[in-house]
Amino acid sequence: MANELAPRPDPLPAGGARELGTGKLAQNLVYFARALREAGVPVGPGAVLDALSAIEVARIGEKRDFYAALQSVFIKKKEHLILFAQSFEIFWKRRGYMEQLISMLSPQAQPKNQKKQKAEAGASRVADALFKQDKRNEAPAPSLDLDARFTMSATEVLQHKDFAQMSALEIAEAMRLVGKLRLPQDEVITRRFEASRRGGRIDPRRSFRNGLRAEGLMQLALRRPRLRHPPIVAICDISGSMSEYTRIFLHFLHALSAQRGRVHAFLFGTRLTNITRALRAKDVDEALAQASKAVPDWSGGTRIGTSLHRFNRDWSRRVLGQGAIVLLFTDGLERDGLELLGPEIERLHKSARRLIWLNPLLRFDGFTAKASGIRTILPHVDEFRAIHNLSSMRQLVQALGVRPRGLGPTEPRLWLKQADAR
Amino acid sequence: MTIDVPNSIDDTLKMLERAHYVGERSLATVLFLALKMRRPLLLEGEAGVGKTEIAKVLASALGRKLIRLQCYEGLDVSSAVYEWNYAAQMMAIRLAEASGGVERDQLEADVFSPRYLVKRPLLQALDSEFGAPVLLIDELDRTDEAFEAYLLELLSDFQVTIPELGTIKAASPPIVILTSNRTREIHDALKRRCLYHWVDYPDAAREMQIVRAKVPGIGERLTEELVRFVQAIRKEDLFKLPGVAETLDWASALTELDAVALDPAQVSDTIGVLLKYQDDIAKIQGTRAAALIDEVKAELKHGK
Repeated sequence: MANELAPRPDPLPAGGARELGTGKLAQNLVYFARALREAGVPVGPGAVLDALSAIEVARIGEKRDFYAALQSVFIKKKEHLILFAQSFEIFWKRRGYMEQLISMLSPQAQPKNQKKQKAEAGASRVADALFKQDKRNEAPAPSLDLDARFTMSATEVLQHKDFAQMSALEIAEAMRLVGKLRLPQDEVITRRFEASRRGGRIDPRRSFRNGLRAEGLMQLALRRPRLRHPPIVAICDISGSMSEYTRIFLHFLHALSAQRGRVHAFLFGTRLTNITRALRAKDVDEALAQASKAVPDWSGGTRIGTSLHRFNRDWSRRVLGQGAIVLLFTDGLERDGLELLGPEIERLHKSARRLIWLNPLLRFDGFTAKASGIRTILPHVDEFRAIHNLSSMRQLVQALGVRPRGLGPTEPRLWLKQADAR
Repeated sequence: MTIDVPNSIDDTLKMLERAHYVGERSLATVLFLALKMRRPLLLEGEAGVGKTEIAKVLASALGRKLIRLQCYEGLDVSSAVYEWNYAAQMMAIRLAEASGGVERDQLEADVFSPRYLVKRPLLQALDSEFGAPVLLIDELDRTDEAFEAYLLELLSDFQVTIPELGTIKAASPPIVILTSNRTREIHDALKRRCLYHWVDYPDAAREMQIVRAKVPGIGERLTEELVRFVQAIRKEDLFKLPGVAETLDWASALTELDAVALDPAQVSDTIGVLLKYQDDIAKIQGTRAAALIDEVKAELKHGK
């Protein structure tokens, strides 16, 4: 059995890395890199060479230095630090890794003296990466400590959403429509310049070169500030009440991110999931499949306040830079209390350049802003967009492209006033 | 006068200590590796944990010049690398024309000579006369992807091509420190070139060391209570947690007010030094602050 274990470290001699022959160390590093990769840390092929040279250069004798050195070359993101710590622990530090292995593989051998079943974050992914192949060999897959983690989400509806396939023609049509989409106020002036034929300011560098080339008066070249689309951040409600609209909205987001880049997408029901990376897949069905795999709570309940809180705390500073536009896609029917929702939506509004709320409930005639959740959100959005029929991409694109004029139907205050009047 | 780079991790740690920088051993390891492997070092961390300070300390400890490039959105080559001094060039041409009889080619060569070149930080770092400087590229996340791509090229070859002048290559490559507050993810390609270190908030013991080193004349009791209070606040659910810089500001503020221990009224009055968002202040000020102070005092009494 031992031969089938992979990846398996050759145990470190007591003196640390120094006494290791380079060959053996290199091999171990390759294994370790593979383990990290499988745990979900992207490790480039060059990193192993870097690690080798780091260890040689530093003449490391202590474990903690060895740890820090490997971390600095293998890890490029804060999120991966915990996976690294776990992998390192399992791979390098524990001498009796065989016992470790056995205890991890058989549920009966789960040591009683282990203090708590509260699994450390990242542990299951690391364990998965290091011991994956063995699990395949065992006849009935033992339930392991994964269960401890899943009880947490038992209240959430764990189901993968089926997305109806879209035909190639429809996709092409969708791309064409999104290509035509012009969001209002969708361009920001950057501090970079581009050449312009007329208008703008004098470009000294080009003027100067022109001047040297020809006799007589200097031909002035002009430049003007370059315009650029700001990033778009979409925060999309996928709770049960919204389920019939999410598909079309996700298609829209996929087309949008293919078109212009810098589109960040988050889904929330009871918790927030970042699906930006999933949406980068070229093929829309693959992208949506990946996205649906990433989300644990399709069509469950909603906790708008909690989800926005997570967003504000963990993501807003990382994705709302550079004048981002936020598209908030929700019906605003909050299940939780409103004490949290108010401050959080206010914070979001203050951090975003423009906050656009898309609410499919507005398709009903005679909709009024009566629900308390809706009334809490309304004062803090810049635009409240009625999407009258979300069944087609065309209507979504049209609804988004309307330029607001004065107190039009997108003006949030108007909706509040109307509701008060009734 | 340049001082040679340290020879071991222990030396690096000592070097930091001599420069009054209280840092983790893991930081020393990464710094040492960056110096030895001649790789740029990317420091990420929340605002105010001392990332910029690391570059400053490194420059002073190694006796190198510190060249700092503060990034901002829309940073371009003419403000980061070089720019021609057009006004001076124009003047030179006018003078040449007035005196007459100057060859056109000669004039062009004269005008595009290093004399009329305005060197910006990146070019200064490559073209330094006194040994390799420390190049600090601060808050890289604020600039855009286009500039990052340019930087990638510069950091791999340490050379810059100026069309009118030719290629300028660094005699000895600068020590490069990049910092990022993570308002945006840095591109993988650039990260791959660099060694990475996440600068975290220090633990209580280390933070006390920092306060003692940076705020002279602060009482021992105040130091302990204050640091423990800040550490407790970092566990609260706040929008912006206070960094080490805020701790130090608060420590000097309280010292100025002649405080010897934390006092709820005084804490509430000065909390604005520590927290910078109104929501956060509202959350902590008053009863929560008083409760935290009580916890901290109880903790200290039990000698934890």
